[in-house]
Amino acid sequence: MDLTTMQDSILPLLSALPNTLMLTFVSVFIGFCLAIPFALGRLSKNKLIAQACYAYVYFFRSTPLLVQIFLIYYGSGQFVKALEAVGLWHFFREPWFCAILALSLNTAAYVCEIIRGGILSIPKGQWEAGQVLGLSRFDLFVQVIFPQAFRQALPAYGNEVIIMVKASSLASTITILEVTGVAEKLIAETFQPLEIFIVAGSIYLSLNFVLSQLFHLLEKRLNRYLPHGATRTN
Amino acid sequence: MDLTFLSFGSLGWGDEMLKGGLMTFAVAFCAYILAIIVGLVFAFLKLSKFMPLRFIGNFYTVVFRGVPELLIIYLVFFGGELLLSKIANGVFGYDGYVSLPLFVTGVFCIALGAGAFCTEVIRGAILAVPKGQHEAADALSLSKWSKAFDVVLPQALRIALPGLANVWQITLKETALISVIGLVEVMRSAKIASGATHQPFTFYLFAAVIFLLITSISNRGFKKVETWSQKGVRS
Repeated sequence: MDLTTMQDSILPLLSALPNTLMLTFVSVFIGFCLAIPFALGRLSKNKLIAQACYAYVYFFRSTPLLVQIFLIYYGSGQFVKALEAVGLWHFFREPWFCAILALSLNTAAYVCEIIRGGILSIPKGQWEAGQVLGLSRFDLFVQVIFPQAFRQALPAYGNEVIIMVKASSLASTITILEVTGVAEKLIAETFQPLEIFIVAGSIYLSLNFVLSQLFHLLEKRLNRYLPHGATRTN
Repeated sequence: MDLTFLSFGSLGWGDEMLKGGLMTFAVAFCAYILAIIVGLVFAFLKLSKFMPLRFIGNFYTVVFRGVPELLIIYLVFFGGELLLSKIANGVFGYDGYVSLPLFVTGVFCIALGAGAFCTEVIRGAILAVPKGQHEAADALSLSKWSKAFDVVLPQALRIALPGLANVWQITLKETALISVIGLVEVMRSAKIASGATHQPFTFYLFAAVIFLLITSISNRGFKKVETWSQKGVRS
């Protein structure tokens, strides 16, 4: 084990951490915003909407994220003329745009299923109670159903965010230098794979640890009205 | 989109893509089998009464579930050959560079990550086998070995099946990452083909379709096995 290599790699790897965080959190945010309409679409009584949303979820969950990234980043090159015509080529040329687009669409599909599961777990009585109170469909969803569904879905959602931290490493395949990208560069330069792996791995592990603790706290806070030690059941 | 590029023979890339698809399946399949073996071993380590063994099991799952797969691939790909070369130099006095076939390296990389998921699935399943089954086995004074392999594991496997099906999907999708070390599986084929024809979208979409096919077919297969495994269970 070469300690100087490890020491020397700490700074370059840490300075790539903001890129990893950026990729993760921007995509997690966009993905979440996309997931809610998709989840509602999946639950829609309109068969066409429900099937379309299911097809989206099915495609993005059954193919590797790497394929999706390449399909957007390299694949868009096949339609340069068309994209230029509508003024979008400027975006698709950027690896950052493509990486965030692919990550967001990917996580939206998974989160859609998580939220859908949460909504389905809310007892029918809650919907009926809302209707009895004369709430509009919008208010009923925003004020009654969604807060409960989210609480139900939170553990699974925390997992998904951690998966996204790991998934952001794939952006290194389209030239973005986040932590894994820098690690690969350092390994190729130093031929000390184990040392670099330990440093880069520790960065990911600490980040994931912090995130899991934050989700744990959030879960506790959202369930604060429950008696101590009780878990939510329906 | 020009679909003639997907035809078979010397003009099209269809056969190359399908060969890549087969390679993807082969890597995923071998890695999956290896991951289940790894999972079994580490699940028993994690459930051991002996603290150091538990520590090894926990260390493995925490590290390999918390670190990106791509990083694991770089570690195994670069590190494995360095380690082998060192052993060859030090122990056998062979002073050259030892390298493994890409297929073997690829299977190892994927299995190492998937093994951590398998460990958790199998551990959970073993814990879910009712306590009465353990007690019944003890009452029959079965040996430790017989208790594990004749009573607990067969039942645990049934409980683990949905989770293991999930791990298969993850394993298959992770196999796409192996293209970064240069193994010619479906992603690599798509890259080569799109470089030659300037039709990247067509070929990556074709690669996506191959993955979709494998996942949907294997999904059905797993459903069948699940139903079969439940036939002895009273509903």
